[in-house]
Amino acid sequence: MKPAVLTGAHFMTGDVACAEGALAAGCRFFGGYPITPATEIAEHISGRLPQVGGTFIQMEDEIAAMASIVGASCAGVKSMTATSGPGLSLMLENIGLAVCTETPCVVVNVQRAGPSTGLPTLGAQGDMMQARWGSHGHYEIIALAPASPQEIFYQTIEAFNLSETYRVPVLIMTDEMIGHLSERVVIPEAKAIHTVSRPKARGRKDRFKPFAPGPNGVAPMAIAGEGYHIHVTGLTHDERGYPDMTVEGQEVMMSRIVGKIRNNLKDIIRTDSYLLDDAEIVIVSYGVSSRTSLAAVDEARAQGIKAGLFRLITVWPFPEEEIRKLAARVKGFVTVELNLGQIHLEVERSAGGLAPCVLVGHAGGTIITPDRVLKTLKEAF
Amino acid sequence: MTTKINFPKRQEILFTGFGGQGIVLAGRILGKAAVIGDHKESTLVQAYGPEARGGACSAQVIIAEGTIHYPYVRYPDVLVCMSQGGFDKFIGDMKKDGTLLIDQDLVNPHTVFPKGNDKTYFAIPATRMAEELGRKMMANIIMLGFFTAVTGAVSITAAENAVTESVPKGTEKTNIKAFHKGYDYGMAVLKGRKKKASGKRGA
Repeated sequence: MKPAVLTGAHFMTGDVACAEGALAAGCRFFGGYPITPATEIAEHISGRLPQVGGTFIQMEDEIAAMASIVGASCAGVKSMTATSGPGLSLMLENIGLAVCTETPCVVVNVQRAGPSTGLPTLGAQGDMMQARWGSHGHYEIIALAPASPQEIFYQTIEAFNLSETYRVPVLIMTDEMIGHLSERVVIPEAKAIHTVSRPKARGRKDRFKPFAPGPNGVAPMAIAGEGYHIHVTGLTHDERGYPDMTVEGQEVMMSRIVGKIRNNLKDIIRTDSYLLDDAEIVIVSYGVSSRTSLAAVDEARAQGIKAGLFRLITVWPFPEEEIRKLAARVKGFVTVELNLGQIHLEVERSAGGLAPCVLVGHAGGTIITPDRVLKTLKEAF
Repeated sequence: MTTKINFPKRQEILFTGFGGQGIVLAGRILGKAAVIGDHKESTLVQAYGPEARGGACSAQVIIAEGTIHYPYVRYPDVLVCMSQGGFDKFIGDMKKDGTLLIDQDLVNPHTVFPKGNDKTYFAIPATRMAEELGRKMMANIIMLGFFTAVTGAVSITAAENAVTESVPKGTEKTNIKAFHKGYDYGMAVLKGRKKKASGKRGA
């Protein structure tokens, strides 16, 4: 056995830091299917999991990979998979199953340029809306967008903690650039890492209701085989987990799975800012594009333009209240992202017409340069 | 040595060559040396995909005293070329007072640097030296030693440790030997230039 937490300073890629973050969070099952540019996560964790008593399975495809982590989680093990856009498309059906069965799990998407096979080796941020709405039906989900290998390490731990707290799949929406960027990653001592596990089942095992919500709207979770009553289905179900295909049953279940996220936004949403306090122009960005944006803010400030960055760490649920507040006092927003306008639409919606919103987008395959952001800042405001 | 380049707060370094030469590994060792050994900040953006497997290959390394926001090399302070293609493609981007390092048997710089103007760049027969060591694949490590000597971008101890930690087990000693070949060659070049410069002043 080797330590699960590699305490110390490292020079590692985002993909490797993601795998190490998962291990530090307590992930002990990875079911995956290799795909560029996420393969290194599977490659690294396939070597590491056996060292810490965990299990790695390469499944036959991404549909099965997603199914395997839902099953592993039902069996009580923190589980994860990692993929890129084409794989996420295949996983979405079973991500919906995890949403409906309220099964904690973490899905990493190292985004590459699409649609379809697209540019396999080159990055983009084109799957942001897919992460939000890709599976059918109406639901709430959590998605994070780290901007450095160090942040991937911590946000992977956060992803597990959020997933376990709210019994919801959590997506880590990184990109090829951050996945393959090497940088300093400092891993703290194991005892300094805060990990959360799902609320535990208590009381009489035969009368246990696996979907009866606790105080924060989340139901305690029994592990398959513990002896508590358990029933899991993708059909609309009641608190016992049994199919309840009625209008009332749908309303009760939906209000729970949507409400547990919507009623806990303050606990879930994480954002970061740079020179935002006196900013007149606010750049909204995430992932690799926020690195471009930081450089653009510095260059703008050097030229006397009061720019600042509002960086999304949590992309879903979207921090609409924060954008709304900013909209009331700023000249305008510039959203920088490697797609042709996705989060831009959310910024525009949240700004509610109080401030103009401009997009600096790109179809993907390369990064956006700070010069381009600066040019737009000057032209638009 | 006092003739080393005055190292600025942020240095953009671009390693270029073709896939298989260990360009990305050289970049990784350099970044690791800066971060782990010298306690600076560093980023590595590596060529990825088909170009890293035979075609033109590059590794972008930034070393800085503080936080690195944008991890991409725009105008290299140091350009290292181990292929003609890398030189032709990137020499135009190099900063005006930037430093060029080449493998002299693989790169002809005279399209840009006229003959007799060889003091404006640093040349080493890295691949030939690696072949003499019996390990052609260690040309990248020789170049890294040369780079460490002439730029001072990382300390020699940090670079040595990063080499040892990054190369396949069992090859540490030969790689360190290769590193020193390059380093010593670099120091000799610097010494020669210093001597020449002071000699001229004396005349």
